[in-house]
Amino acid sequence: MNESDRLGKAVQDWDAKVEKSNAKFPERKARFVTGSNVTVNRLYTPLDIESQDHLEKVGLPGEFPYTRGVQSTMFRGRFWTMRQYAGFASAEESNARYKFLLAQGQTGLSVAFDLPTQIGYDSDHPLAAGEVGKVGVAIDSLADMEILFDGIPLDKVSTSMTINAPASVLLAMYIAVAEKQGVSADKLNGTIQNDILKEYVARGTYIYPPTPSMRLITDIFAFCAKEVQNWNTISISGYHIREAGSTAIQEVAFTLADGIAYVDAAIKAGLDVDEFAPRLSFFFNAHNDLFEEVAKFRAARRVWAHIMKDRFGAKNPKSWMLRFHTQTGGSTLTAQQPENNVVRVTIQALAAVLGGTQSLHTNSKDEALALPTEASVRIALRTQQILANESGVAETPDPLAGSYYVESLTNSIEEGVLAYIRRIDDLGGAVKAIEQGYIQQEIQDSAYAWQMDVEKNERIVVGLNKFQVKEDPPKGLLRVDPAVGEKQVEKIGALRAKRDGAATKAALEALKAAAMGTDNLMPPILAAVKTYATLGEICDVLRGVFGEYRPSVMF
Amino acid sequence: MERRIRVIVAKPGLDGHDRGAKVIARALRDAGMEVIYTGLRQTPEQIVQAAIQEDADVVALSILSGAHNHLFPRVVELLREKGAGDILVFGGGVIPEEDIPYLKSKGIAEIFGPGTPTTTTVDFIKTHLKRE
Amino acid sequence: MIDTLASRCLDGDTRAVARLISLLEDGDRKAFGTLAALKGRSGMAHVIGITGPPGSGKSTLTDKLIGDFRLRGLRVGVIAVDPSSPFSGGAILGDRLRMQGHATDPGVFIRSLASRGRLGGLSKATAFAVRALEAAGYDIVIIETVGVGQSEVDIVKVADTVVLVSVPGLGDDIQVIKAGIMEIGDIFVVNKSDRDGADRVVREIRAMLETQAMLQRGRSVDAGPDTLAARNAELLHHGQTGPIPETAPPGDGFQLAPVLKTVAETGEGVPELCKVILAGFESAKTSGALESRRRTSIKSQLKDLVAWHVMDYFADRDGDGHLDVLTERVLARELDIYTAARELFSALLKGEKR
Repeated sequence: MNESDRLGKAVQDWDAKVEKSNAKFPERKARFVTGSNVTVNRLYTPLDIESQDHLEKVGLPGEFPYTRGVQSTMFRGRFWTMRQYAGFASAEESNARYKFLLAQGQTGLSVAFDLPTQIGYDSDHPLAAGEVGKVGVAIDSLADMEILFDGIPLDKVSTSMTINAPASVLLAMYIAVAEKQGVSADKLNGTIQNDILKEYVARGTYIYPPTPSMRLITDIFAFCAKEVQNWNTISISGYHIREAGSTAIQEVAFTLADGIAYVDAAIKAGLDVDEFAPRLSFFFNAHNDLFEEVAKFRAARRVWAHIMKDRFGAKNPKSWMLRFHTQTGGSTLTAQQPENNVVRVTIQALAAVLGGTQSLHTNSKDEALALPTEASVRIALRTQQILANESGVAETPDPLAGSYYVESLTNSIEEGVLAYIRRIDDLGGAVKAIEQGYIQQEIQDSAYAWQMDVEKNERIVVGLNKFQVKEDPPKGLLRVDPAVGEKQVEKIGALRAKRDGAATKAALEALKAAAMGTDNLMPPILAAVKTYATLGEICDVLRGVFGEYRPSVMF
Repeated sequence: MERRIRVIVAKPGLDGHDRGAKVIARALRDAGMEVIYTGLRQTPEQIVQAAIQEDADVVALSILSGAHNHLFPRVVELLREKGAGDILVFGGGVIPEEDIPYLKSKGIAEIFGPGTPTTTTVDFIKTHLKRE
Repeated sequence: MIDTLASRCLDGDTRAVARLISLLEDGDRKAFGTLAALKGRSGMAHVIGITGPPGSGKSTLTDKLIGDFRLRGLRVGVIAVDPSSPFSGGAILGDRLRMQGHATDPGVFIRSLASRGRLGGLSKATAFAVRALEAAGYDIVIIETVGVGQSEVDIVKVADTVVLVSVPGLGDDIQVIKAGIMEIGDIFVVNKSDRDGADRVVREIRAMLETQAMLQRGRSVDAGPDTLAARNAELLHHGQTGPIPETAPPGDGFQLAPVLKTVAETGEGVPELCKVILAGFESAKTSGALESRRRTSIKSQLKDLVAWHVMDYFADRDGDGHLDVLTERVLARELDIYTAARELFSALLKGEKR
């Protein structure tokens, strides 16, 4: 009998013994599942992964299919970027928070914009009432952007901007600010989220319908490939899909399906895949089921590598690499006993690090209730610093590789993801699947199932449905001064009075003409931004040409 | 006679996170209620007109963007102006506890924070209906 | 309160209209009484039924049509019907969402109704709601409903114009061909017509309409004898209870129902649809076809309401005890079930109590 057979027999015997014992002393549950309902077996052994070719499936870090990471040395070379998402109220206050974070050792900036800005409305728009500065900084024009980055050298920091529908405008503003600092566009480092498909499905800050939105996105790809070569032109996101209630498998599947749609669109627009693919980046979530999350990241890298190489025929290895940012899961935080959230975030951050993320945002403990205070955001940052410097998990790439459990989970997740991608291909691709409401329905069903599991106590959330305490409401939460809205409105008024109205008008006319044609829209947007046209004015021109998106809602 | 409780589920303002609103809509449906889901980006005026035309018993507002202190009271104000002050109004989402007294003083019956089981909301509706 | 409801409704008071519709929906008998006060306005609105399979874009189409009617100064009421859950009896009514742009227009009234247990069909509340909206002065009342079996036939009884919506590429392009469906459409719309296959669907619908027209006029078609005879018989039978086909002008020019293409999302084709709807109504008024149709429709609704009254009698009082007694007798084989039914019906007619 060879070793494999001996092991097989031993496992069988072991299993029989456990069955007998379980009859008398049952396990805690009848069925054990991961956070996403993937079955967790009673035992994992080498037999679970023996049939796979190690080099083909797992490989080596920095080599196809990148299961073990996109760089050979991973964190031995450099730690992940510690990039805390921040921004609120006015550009002045956000600027102060950025300087604080940089001083505390944060290595990259991440800008949060308020809802009117994300949806292309100026602060004086009727729908902006009550919303200005609440979930992020209000940017109405280049003037606000200049204040936001005042004293921050754009050739030294890397900036990620969470902006989607009006990404072109904010990117143009960033380039204009850099120009004023004497920094040329090709020196800029950063990312714009620019992922409209997930907006339709999970986040809701869309403006235009899919087709013109795809055009704006591919225009940005083309423009940056020539002018802003170090810029990540898109952050294809699964974070929000997971927050909307999807499982881990769905998170990866729908994100990669969106990625396929973007690559298809860019190729149709005439770009060569290797021209833009190296600059695609991704954004994932990190929830509490540690091993599932690590497996998820590994599976995502493997699947995407094959998609780029086999499906799209990319030749440049950089095109095959799935680079990603991670944020710990906001929806896992509880309002009850918020200190517990520090523990949750630690587990989630650990998953992201063990999963090989390129950059990481850790949530603060008070975020179930409000934007974080300075004190709680510092703890979140320290969490990353302790992981990096004290825990030892960054000392070798992909330390969990070879774990029978983690490799099995990676394979299961890969299979689940491929099945979804096939289904979405059958429906005609991500855009069609979204039009038909397929992706939305899947996410909703998972969200509802989760809620029901929690309410039936089949899933425990500590402090919420078990181990509850009677507590006083937390004190000292961050509040955004409601006067921010009024101040912004005044600012816009002053801006309009001061600027060269004729130049703005001409630039907006030129933009309209370009939008109705097929020229790349980045140059006219950049020109308009420099005349201090407001974000709302620019987006309204495009609304006039492209129309607005009408969602399909399914139940 | 077959009476069904009719509920408007609305997201006022620009917030696009509708996971909670959709979960509540389903839970209320499963509890036998008729739910009119009005979707995203609703102004208070749109919500109130819907509530009146649909002869709603309840208006449930969901918001996670921090704009609740402005938008929720406006909904109640408009309902009262139009003679529909007997409609039960409550809200949920990301709303700090310290804002709750203010909202209640403005006519919001209750605020259901993150983690509230759907059964709590269902029971609240059944026991607090203002209209007969 | 109910007493003033009728007069407030006639004044166009939105709350009153909404309240009245609810009471009618709930089956409140006092509310039915108010219908008497509203009879003066009965028939004053043009009732348009819009039906089609899920995913055909009916709500978006309705939303755009409302806009076109409003441009003509017409006041529009909409009743959007969605199915109730068979398990809980509740419902999520999501059609309104696509029409919320009109929410603050005082000339538009949108009401969502759940089917409330009527298997895939229109609740009788729908017909009553139409009366309430009519009474409040709405010129157009649109009923929007998912076309599933029974409700399609029901909508004919209530609507003056039935618009059947289909879409290309929903797998089975000819969903429109289910028993009797072709006859109920006055206007056929192929929505999402920017998709592949739209022209094919239009051609197929036109071909079916032509075949149907020829069969109804008794001409033979090149097809196997059995199928033809069977289809002929079936179509003629349905022709008795369905809408009256427009009278054919002398000679060969038989008027087929119009088949239009739209892209509701962008509004393409909708102004044309609006014109066709309104023109068809005008021509039906002048030719007398509208009155014939309404006559047929009223008869049909009367029959339905009588049937409902009978079922209601049993629901309330279990047949005043007769039901139980007769059931036992059938169980004991003293009586056969058919005789028992006839006895029960006689008792009901006589209003006998036990």
